[in-house]
Amino acid sequence: MSVLEIKDLHVSVETDQGTKQILRGVDLTINEGEIHAIMGPNGSGKSTLAYTIAGHPKYHVESGSILLDGAEVLKMTVDARARAGLFLAMQYPVEIPGVTVTNFLRTAKTAIEGEAPPIRTWIKDVRQAMTDLRMDKAFAERNVNEGFSGGEKKRNEILQLELLKPKFAVLDETDSGLDVDALKIVSEGVNRAKTNTGLGLLLITHYTRILRYIHPDFVHVFVNGRIAEQGGPELADRLEDEGYDRFLVPSNVG
Amino acid sequence: MSAASALSKSASKTVPAPSTPAAESVLPAGQHGIKEHSDGRFGYVPVQTRSDRFKSVNVADFEAVTGREAVWKHSPVAKFTDLTAGGLDGSRYPVESTPSADISVAWVPRTDARIGTAGLPEERAAANAWSVFDDALAITVSGEEAKEITVTRSALGINARGAHTIIEAKPFSQATIILQNTGEARLSENIEIILGESANLTVVSLQEWDDSAVHLANHFASVGRDARLKHVVVSLGGSIVRVNPSVRLAGPGSDTLLLGLYFADAGQHLEQQVYVFHDAPKSRSRVNYKGALQGQDARTVWIGDVLIGNKAAGTDSYEQNRNLVLTEGTRADSIPNLEIETGDIVGAGHASATGRFDDEQLFYLQARGITEEEARRLVVRGFLTEVVQQIGSPELEARLQLAIEAELIGTDDK
Repeated sequence: MSVLEIKDLHVSVETDQGTKQILRGVDLTINEGEIHAIMGPNGSGKSTLAYTIAGHPKYHVESGSILLDGAEVLKMTVDARARAGLFLAMQYPVEIPGVTVTNFLRTAKTAIEGEAPPIRTWIKDVRQAMTDLRMDKAFAERNVNEGFSGGEKKRNEILQLELLKPKFAVLDETDSGLDVDALKIVSEGVNRAKTNTGLGLLLITHYTRILRYIHPDFVHVFVNGRIAEQGGPELADRLEDEGYDRFLVPSNVG
Repeated sequence: MSAASALSKSASKTVPAPSTPAAESVLPAGQHGIKEHSDGRFGYVPVQTRSDRFKSVNVADFEAVTGREAVWKHSPVAKFTDLTAGGLDGSRYPVESTPSADISVAWVPRTDARIGTAGLPEERAAANAWSVFDDALAITVSGEEAKEITVTRSALGINARGAHTIIEAKPFSQATIILQNTGEARLSENIEIILGESANLTVVSLQEWDDSAVHLANHFASVGRDARLKHVVVSLGGSIVRVNPSVRLAGPGSDTLLLGLYFADAGQHLEQQVYVFHDAPKSRSRVNYKGALQGQDARTVWIGDVLIGNKAAGTDSYEQNRNLVLTEGTRADSIPNLEIETGDIVGAGHASATGRFDDEQLFYLQARGITEEEARRLVVRGFLTEVVQQIGSPELEARLQLAIEAELIGTDDK
């Protein structure tokens, strides 16, 4: 069974005002098949955690480690992390002009598997996954994220999640900007991926509404760069009622 | 980028300066601040409007090229004085063309009535070529069915040549014409493209010359009522390649799409000065040129002039140029100019951007397991593909994709 361990992670970014400390000692262990929700107010470092796991060059790891089945993820390049089984569904997926969804998916699948997928089953898989996500066939020939609506971009992220079959996926505010119908479709896709592959999920969200459709095993409240409180699904319900006010201290502002 | 004002800055006389009194009379007397600048060019007024540039078919009407002229200042003029100042060989040259019904390819004499109807030279190399050609190559399209022809020049040799080509699409005709250029060349040429009423013509000029070739081309197009011209310049091979298309949207409802694709390697100079003149109401233009640069002294120049004349009410225009810089040591000039003489337009815009790889695009692709090297290739390929996808000739599109692949593999060698 796979396990993703985050140990005492400290991360900073360079800003115009100098180095800014964002993560201040994060400890988190996710086992395959578990769903962890990370909730917290804006600016608490949730997205930083997501991008640090994926290896975005903007974030500097000061100390700590991220281990995937004992292997140090922080030493891996961005693409090596993906090949090792990590996936990040981005909050704002970028446009790749001139690269069709079909071409992109095949290239990514080939990179992750180390060999090209068998054409017949691959085309069938892609079609099925697109149908499941209520994506029009024409999507496949469009350029990646180019001219996609917010909902289409998120569906495209989940399409990749379903097809690339990672061991662990981080979903960074996947619910943001989705209307309730799109939210349901996207959530179904995530649940389907979990049923099919048994992956572990780290669900980053500001709001509790996605948790109505994707049920977390654990909820962690992120405040000021570290986990302030953790518990089961009942914690999410409490946040729904109370908001984040009780966690906020003046120093968090900004 | 600035609008109309930029044009006056970028345009200047290529002709003997006009007489001083005429120029002085332009200046309103007594207005505060209106006086001669101290640069010593008393009485000199640059051409204000793109369509007012001096034109002549006679090379002697142009002064010797110095490299300071607006049309030449980005070009390495010292490397092709044979084409701007020397005598040119204006004889016929070998041409091959694929058979196509309803498209004739023939040599016609200088007296052919079509010559000079689409445009006239505005600089010395063009006039030099115009002065010398014996016969013009005429490609004449008739017939309403869609069809394609490839006209290849591959044996021009190393002598300095001047050439003239006419491409005529009869009213209501339709065709794709691919002008394929390979081998050695030192060539200055003019190509006239004449579209009759409702004609639908695609002209692709493909420069895949040998490394030493020098090619200076001016394309003059005149687009009739409701006609549509798609014009594509693809420059990949050659030492110095300068293809300057000028399109006059002459008839109401005329439409043009001008596409460009270029990939400059070390030491290569690839230039295009694109000019669209909206001279009729309801005309529409789109210009999209994209280039990649790699290697020491890879150099590209794009100048895009759009002039919306006072007759051109209800027009819609947009021009853009994008450059992707792949290595250190390159230089891309990108100069969009927009001049509007009527306020009654649907739209007019321009955009220019030159940049390195978008790191966020690379991150996105890498986050899906794709190696950095392959991600870079995907991005460049994707960047240029946008233009290739619009050509509309599947065979040519496939071939160009391979040619771009080959250029990209060149990137890894450096």
